[in-house]
Amino acid sequence: MADMSHTWMRRNRMTITPLLFLLPGMLFFAAYVIIPIFQSFNISLYEWDGLGEATFVGLRNYEELATDRAFEISLWNNVKWLLLYLLAIPAGLFIALFLNQTVTGVRLYKSLFFFPFVISQVVVGLVFSWFYLPNDGLFDIISGWLGIDVRGGVLGNPNTATYGIIAAGLWPQTAYCMILYLTGLNAVDPEQVEAGRLDGAKGWRMLWHVILPQLRPATFIAFVVTIIGALRSFDLISIMTNGGPFGSTRVLSFYMFEKALSEYGFRMGYGSAIAVVLFFIMLFFIAYFLWSMYRDERAARR
Amino acid sequence: MLKTFTKVAGALALTTAMVMPATAAELSGTLRIISDMSNPAPRAIMEGLAADFDAMHPNLTVEVDVVDREAWKSQIRNALTANSPDVVNWYAANRMGPYVKAGLFEDISDMYTGGDLPGLDSVKGAMTLDDKQWGVPYTYYQWGIYYREDIFKELGLTEPTTFDEEIANCAKIVESGRKCYTIGSKFLWTAGGWFDYMNMRTNGFDFHMQLARGEVSWTDDRVRETFANWRKLIDMGAFIDDHQTYSWQEALPFMVKGEAAAYLMGNFVVPHLRDAGLTDDQIDFYQFPLIADVPQGEDAPTDTFHIASGAQNKEAARAFLQFVTSPDVQTKINAGAGLGQLPVNAAASVDDDEFLNQGFDMLSNNAKGGIAQFFDRDFPAEMAAIGMEGLQEFMVFPDNLDDILARLESSRKRIYK
Repeated sequence: MADMSHTWMRRNRMTITPLLFLLPGMLFFAAYVIIPIFQSFNISLYEWDGLGEATFVGLRNYEELATDRAFEISLWNNVKWLLLYLLAIPAGLFIALFLNQTVTGVRLYKSLFFFPFVISQVVVGLVFSWFYLPNDGLFDIISGWLGIDVRGGVLGNPNTATYGIIAAGLWPQTAYCMILYLTGLNAVDPEQVEAGRLDGAKGWRMLWHVILPQLRPATFIAFVVTIIGALRSFDLISIMTNGGPFGSTRVLSFYMFEKALSEYGFRMGYGSAIAVVLFFIMLFFIAYFLWSMYRDERAARR
Repeated sequence: MLKTFTKVAGALALTTAMVMPATAAELSGTLRIISDMSNPAPRAIMEGLAADFDAMHPNLTVEVDVVDREAWKSQIRNALTANSPDVVNWYAANRMGPYVKAGLFEDISDMYTGGDLPGLDSVKGAMTLDDKQWGVPYTYYQWGIYYREDIFKELGLTEPTTFDEEIANCAKIVESGRKCYTIGSKFLWTAGGWFDYMNMRTNGFDFHMQLARGEVSWTDDRVRETFANWRKLIDMGAFIDDHQTYSWQEALPFMVKGEAAAYLMGNFVVPHLRDAGLTDDQIDFYQFPLIADVPQGEDAPTDTFHIASGAQNKEAARAFLQFVTSPDVQTKINAGAGLGQLPVNAAASVDDDEFLNQGFDMLSNNAKGGIAQFFDRDFPAEMAAIGMEGLQEFMVFPDNLDDILARLESSRKRIYK
């Protein structure tokens, strides 16, 4: 008997060893990621203040979401974030191309451009909120010269506040994309560039047909981090406007926090329902990324 | 952050050997307190209270854990449910609701009826939910209009007592190139203070409380009248511009620099104004003027101590509650050198301070309507959050009123079931 199991172990060693190595990671992943996701699904069907008894309400939280204007605004703001945040990618690319040369002190310039990514989002938010201050802020002074007066200041005006925060978010995100492209540019094959040049390509054509295809991996990662970054936007909103003025800058993650965990919140069920919606939006992108990674790997193996 | 006070006898001149006449039975074990008095002055007071109480009871060890005041607003839930302490800080009125309903606060009605808490009759109401009392207050403070006395003098204005006078004053202030009121509504609650007063003065305290309890519609004509009065001030440019981008502290410089003449605020604003360099000759206080002929209701938020229902040492916790509310301790901790607020015990004395005296006089003699806690403590949390957002929007875009009221009304129908 003992002998048999011994040989069984030996025969399946190639399968069992990696499984054993994966086991701790899988356990933690299940306990801290997978199970909580299903718990959120479950809580979203209840009315619960986090203290007393939870009452089952079925899909009523979702029905309320459908008519909740604050939720609608948050959803649209998420869309704005997703689209405008992508500007970080071309901006990062052009800064990277610009910095990708051998000039004295270029390392210093690179680190200066990278600087906003290193400092905390809280600091970025504070700096930008001073920049946007009505009357005394630099932005207001400069836009005053151009004859533009944003009523209430950029962050005090419900029509401009979200864009103001996205602009603040683009500053560190551009730096991040720039670093991704700088490393990508190191890997560009000089022989292909040479060959392109012999064929008479330069400027935009060179960039589009020779350089960019070689930067595909960097572009892919830049997309992933930017989209996830846009959906995770929370700290800047919390620091710069706290969701205001009158809720016009909330995004889903912020609204979820407000409803579930803030001073006036503790509607766990409703907060979970928002989390579930956010989860499915993220899942859409994550599934796409996983699928395209899988496809690339298969193509590479062939 | 955990501090254990063992035998710090004589650390602070003992306020007392006098408290606890009845429960002189020797207390023992450990008394665990979690306090949110994290600002420097309150923190010193809390630590002093713990040290004194510890010294009074040789067999008792008092442990006090001071946590950040803002963080405590969400931490209290975990603190009370897991390994709960004996005594915690919180707020009066509706804010106690969730913890009372979940059975996390100890019912101490017997202490009130049994005469263990003499002198607290006037503040008992704020501690009452479902006809029972759930804790004791330790401090409160008045709200009202703090103004620049020197600017009033310069323009020849006097403290208004009616809304018409207020508006006439304000017209002159605006004419002089200033704003009448500073306010920073970024964190919303300051707008709640304005609504409290506009509504309590227009429709009376009782109506305001009916609205807080969800018994009146937000689209009621009486509510509209409140907003119409408020709008008179907004339309004449009484408030500073862009207030939605400032916190209440960021709105202070407008008053300090003399760009705005007054601030509707709680008494905690006074040290800030003094620190900014204004002398007591430059600042003064008046009660929010009358609008309709209704008894005045006043906002006077109360901070409290509660016993957790899961407390290990309830005997010591009860003795501590008696200790903090006793007249001498109340006089001492609320003095200008301490919290600089009003004592809750009728037998305590108010420190000799221009603002505390005026506030105490106002609340004792001129608040016949009743004492409210504050918008975000009287209204249920969710209604308060949605409500204050609407109030801020109204202050910036008064034309949106119909839309705002319709939104608040639909929330009211959902929240109060």
